[in-house]
Amino acid sequence: MSATTPGVPNFPNGSGAAAVLAAGIGSLLVAVFAIIADKSAAIKSAMIFYKPTGPLSGVTTCAIACWLIAWGILHLLWGSRNVDMRRIGVIAIGLLVMSVLLTFPPIADLF
Amino acid sequence: MEITTRSLLALVHGMGFGALYLMACAGALVELHRRYGSPIGPAISIDDERFLRIYLIAMAVVAWITVLSGAYIIYPWYRAVPPAGTTSLAAFPQRLLLSSPRTSAWHSIGMEWKEHVAWIVPISITMAAAVFSHYRRNLAAQPELRATVLGFVWISLIAAGIAGFFGAMITRNAPVEGGATIHIVQGGPR
Repeated sequence: MSATTPGVPNFPNGSGAAAVLAAGIGSLLVAVFAIIADKSAAIKSAMIFYKPTGPLSGVTTCAIACWLIAWGILHLLWGSRNVDMRRIGVIAIGLLVMSVLLTFPPIADLF
Repeated sequence: MEITTRSLLALVHGMGFGALYLMACAGALVELHRRYGSPIGPAISIDDERFLRIYLIAMAVVAWITVLSGAYIIYPWYRAVPPAGTTSLAAFPQRLLLSSPRTSAWHSIGMEWKEHVAWIVPISITMAAAVFSHYRRNLAAQPELRATVLGFVWISLIAAGIAGFFGAMITRNAPVEGGATIHIVQGGPR
């Protein structure tokens, strides 16, 4: 939770928690969408938003859109209150580490 | 001495924006740890706040420019398909790498990882800039939030390092070439 610092307004930690969890979700979705597009020819084709860039254009655009939507929703839910930041921080960092690992091709190819 | 426009833009993408992000990220981590790492450290001034806020926002802008220029300017040249009957693959880096078992992993592992892991960087640093801009000095009183944001910045540095390393190695083995030739300096007779 939060403490106070003299002379500094004390904000609830909810909006920060919303931002970090949404960033973890967005990062993980880059890897998840890339794996799905790699496994399905139909989805791979549907992910071509800009032909010269290929499926990468759709994979990243969808992940970024989901990240921003998740951020907005979580901010609406948590923005004005305090939440269990330790638990959300661990989850968010876990999602981020998973996204780095799942974008590594030898690991992504296991699915 | 000359360079092609595609090489120049690849250079601006990698050694310009990419390398700038890596250096800026190292600097940001030092500043964030120095200013916010110790609960008994000196009070954080308004000038410190303003400097770090502008610094993190500038890093986010650099990160977005790097991934967007990579994905929408450089990558299409990298993955271009040679027309039938092409004998030289020099202008088709992806096909050049895949044409030899000695270099194919630079694409199948290197580029495949780089093109996705790099997007973690702007997401992470945009979040860090937003959280810092919202909480400012109050971040010092939010140890768990601060630690999580610092974790994201550290992992963004690692992700940018992975992308930068493979970008450099892929360019070393199969550089993006083509476009108009820019003559930089005319060499004299030896």
